[in-house]
Amino acid sequence: MKASKTELIVRALENGTVIDHIPANRLFKVVSLLHLDETEDKITIGNNLRSEKLGTKGVLKIADRYLQPEELNKLAILAPNAHISIIKDYQVVEKVRLSMPNDIVDVLQCVNPMCVTNKEHIATRFHLLDAEKGTVKCHYCERVINREDCILK
Amino acid sequence: MKSNGLVSITDYSKDDILHILDLAEQFEKNPNTRLLEGKLVATLFFEPSTRTRLSFETAVNRLGGRVIGFSDAATSSSSKGESLKDTIKMVSNYVDLIIMRHPVEGAARYASEVAGVPVINAGDGANQHPTQTMLDLYSIKKTQGKLTDLTLSMVGDLKYGRTVHSLLMAMRYFNPRYNFVSPPELRMPEQYRAFCKENGIEYHEYEDMNRILNETDILYMTRVQQERFTDPVEYEKVRNTYSLHNSMLEGTKDNLRILHPLPRITEIAEDVDDNPKAYYFEQAKNGVYARQAVICSILGLV
Ligand SMILES: [Zn+2]
Repeated sequence: MKASKTELIVRALENGTVIDHIPANRLFKVVSLLHLDETEDKITIGNNLRSEKLGTKGVLKIADRYLQPEELNKLAILAPNAHISIIKDYQVVEKVRLSMPNDIVDVLQCVNPMCVTNKEHIATRFHLLDAEKGTVKCHYCERVINREDCILK
Repeated sequence: MKSNGLVSITDYSKDDILHILDLAEQFEKNPNTRLLEGKLVATLFFEPSTRTRLSFETAVNRLGGRVIGFSDAATSSSSKGESLKDTIKMVSNYVDLIIMRHPVEGAARYASEVAGVPVINAGDGANQHPTQTMLDLYSIKKTQGKLTDLTLSMVGDLKYGRTVHSLLMAMRYFNPRYNFVSPPELRMPEQYRAFCKENGIEYHEYEDMNRILNETDILYMTRVQQERFTDPVEYEKVRNTYSLHNSMLEGTKDNLRILHPLPRITEIAEDVDDNPKAYYFEQAKNGVYARQAVICSILGLV
């Protein structure tokens, strides 16, 4: 019953984007990453829903908005396994697969307090080392950081 | 091989490294040339390091170049709050090459992106000091006659010791075998152990230096600094444990050579200095040749 209810909410979106399978503890980070807390778009937020894969998950539905490539890149860092569906006229017209970008520019903050990016006004830059493990390397201080320890700017 | 500088040892390929080592050998045979005649080099030391600065300035002077710069941040404009970018932009209008040392990690990479001239990193905090690595490689090649298939034992502070990290990465092309000897709290970081695994490099970890001395070709000693320890008793213990004495070298291989980035405190007792296996003072001298090679290569003069 629960599953069909979730589906119902999804179907109720006429045009827009559905982001499903967001880890529950990342949902509100995704909300602020996409600036959904400042938007006037109609949004539906579901969290702590049951998920076979994740245990609990979050779902976001954003009416009349389609994510830009750089937003998808940011999302890939936070929730690499999220499912993204583009909805037009109540139909899923496209499913987008996320992939971590090779170069992550000005999305993350370096965890190293002695890094030059934390001392001068510079855009941060990280290189993807291992998409599976989620490790990135700071372009400046060369510190290797795990996705779990990444701080969003 | 003209380039926009040398910031990290990972900027160099295997061929680049071998090329620099060949050049260093030529500079050792003939250290006084006029290759830098008419060129001006800035040595910007935002943090003092007399040893490194003198080595670079000797290299430039022996090549016939001239030097401007400052030797610590107190005498530079950064003490007046000028941004690193502004200092670098200003200086790069004056000179052909910038050599810089800075306590902030990544400062040299950033400088190389805003400077209009090549930048050589002479140390950026705990991160990189690539010319130190080049002189270490040169010393290894010179004493062993090769770089390949050697057993390198790194002893002391393997957690914060940037020289061992850079050397570890640069040696990946030459099929090394590593022994990491340190107290548990100064163990080789996961990032570098993972690097070894990814590159199929054999390594072993020990706490007792005596277990590895007899199988070692290069013994790379590092300084264990007091500020790494919160407990002074613990520091005293470690300081005495990771100290090399001449008597311990009995039974070691004939080709064993002892390296140390200097300055040393108590890691190597003075009674080792006269042992022919002690190589740390020659190692420092090799720094001038390695730096001559790096400078001339970056400026496209060789
Ligand atoms: Zn960094």
